Amino acid sequence: MSHYSALSILRHGLLGNKHWPRAWRDPAPKPSYDVVIVGGGGHGLATAYYLAKEHGIRNVAVLEKGWLGGGNTGRNTTIVRSNYMMPGNTEFYERSVQMWENLSQDLNYNVMLSQRGYYYVFHSPGQGDALRRRANVMRANGIDAEFFDRAEIKKRLPFLDYSASARFPIYGAFLQSRAGTARHDAVAWGYARGADKQGVDIIQQCEVLGYIWETDKIVGVETTRGPIRANKVALAVAGHTSHLASKAGLRLPIETHLLQAFVTEPLKPLVDHVIIYGGAHFYISQSDKGGLVLGGDLDGFNSYAQRGGLPIVEHTLQSAIALMPSLSRLRLLRHWAGAVDMTMDGSPIIGKMPIEGLWLNGGWNYGGFKATPASGYCFAWTIAKGEPHPDSAEFTLSRFERGYQIDETGAGPYPKAQ
Amino acid sequence: MLRIYCPVCGLRDETEFTYGEDATVRRPDISETDPKVWHEYVFIRENPRGRHKEYWHHVAGCRQWIVVERDTLTHEMFGSFLAREVTV
Repeated sequence: MSHYSALSILRHGLLGNKHWPRAWRDPAPKPSYDVVIVGGGGHGLATAYYLAKEHGIRNVAVLEKGWLGGGNTGRNTTIVRSNYMMPGNTEFYERSVQMWENLSQDLNYNVMLSQRGYYYVFHSPGQGDALRRRANVMRANGIDAEFFDRAEIKKRLPFLDYSASARFPIYGAFLQSRAGTARHDAVAWGYARGADKQGVDIIQQCEVLGYIWETDKIVGVETTRGPIRANKVALAVAGHTSHLASKAGLRLPIETHLLQAFVTEPLKPLVDHVIIYGGAHFYISQSDKGGLVLGGDLDGFNSYAQRGGLPIVEHTLQSAIALMPSLSRLRLLRHWAGAVDMTMDGSPIIGKMPIEGLWLNGGWNYGGFKATPASGYCFAWTIAKGEPHPDSAEFTLSRFERGYQIDETGAGPYPKAQ
Repeated sequence: MLRIYCPVCGLRDETEFTYGEDATVRRPDISETDPKVWHEYVFIRENPRGRHKEYWHHVAGCRQWIVVERDTLTHEMFGSFLAREVTV
């Protein structure tokens, strides 16, 4: 595998770009591995990368039923941030943002991180107080957070609706300036290339059908490409976690729901930041190609369908126009949906499962993409050392039995409300 | 847009309904003292990829709670019943 650099681009350019090597191999599965990771999205590939890089565990396979990054890694709205205030979440997501800041250099692959800032617009004094509390917790943990009143926000984001007829009046906004966006496909490809370089086998078109058992211990997986044995089987299949866990007899505090995203036709630069609307569940940013990327609420009922319904299209676009009336004549190019794991407290699960040989990383709700580096790092640590990393130690499965839910939104045990 | 059959009103748009939850979850008896049973009730869901029995409230229609069996992968529906008339 070649090292990417300005010089390599120049050299290959002069040769007509005909001799670029494959970014990763396409090996046939071996009969056994030290660790088999199920799921070739960002989290699974990052886990393989850090297992090899940090812990020297290189006899690893990543099994993917479709193509790399074809699930939620390629379906999200690419936002990276760490504005969390619950103990357990705060330090984990901040670790992730700090890893994002050096990820392109670490992987020798441009993930196009753009720290363009993340504004959360608020529409009542009470909402402002709640955001100020969040900002204070973040600052106490060494994370950047700023606050602006209406006059300042009007200067910074002049295209929002400040008129007397606005659906919700704008009181001000919260800003995390280190937050931003990254190119989601590049994250999967960069981790895949980095893992492959260190000897990890990445096996696509290989669906896991069940597990190989020795009495009550899992010692491998049955796949569409034959049985593959492993000392440790690690699931990173958010969206389908319940489905694969149920094949091991494991029942989880998770429901699978649909989350949609939207892209408009391309425009000249208009939205320089990520903007969150406080009046409804809606967020907007602009991609490097110029399309506005919109996100909204869950479809609201259990589904694995990976396609969204029209009521949420209408709801999201109503929110868009309520925040930015100038968007009303734009046309949508595409909309799609991902099937996401919604847990009973809105926080993820990382750790060793009660079944011997089985490890789980899932339950990412709306927020798996931003977590990718820290999730892979902490999951790899957990698998290698047999104990949780301090920054992900609260993401246990047992927290629900013990009454230690990490309910960031305070919504209670209602997955569709997280 | 899902089209949901209401036993009272007939075939109606999804937007007239509010989703409830998994209709197979049963509240334990109030005298139950085993925390494991309450943990199951509050937190654990089968979350099947396939047929799922679920509650919908026809809130903008006849206001009845109904039980719908729906495939969570294809959204195909397999029948609706008034919640009070059916034991799931």
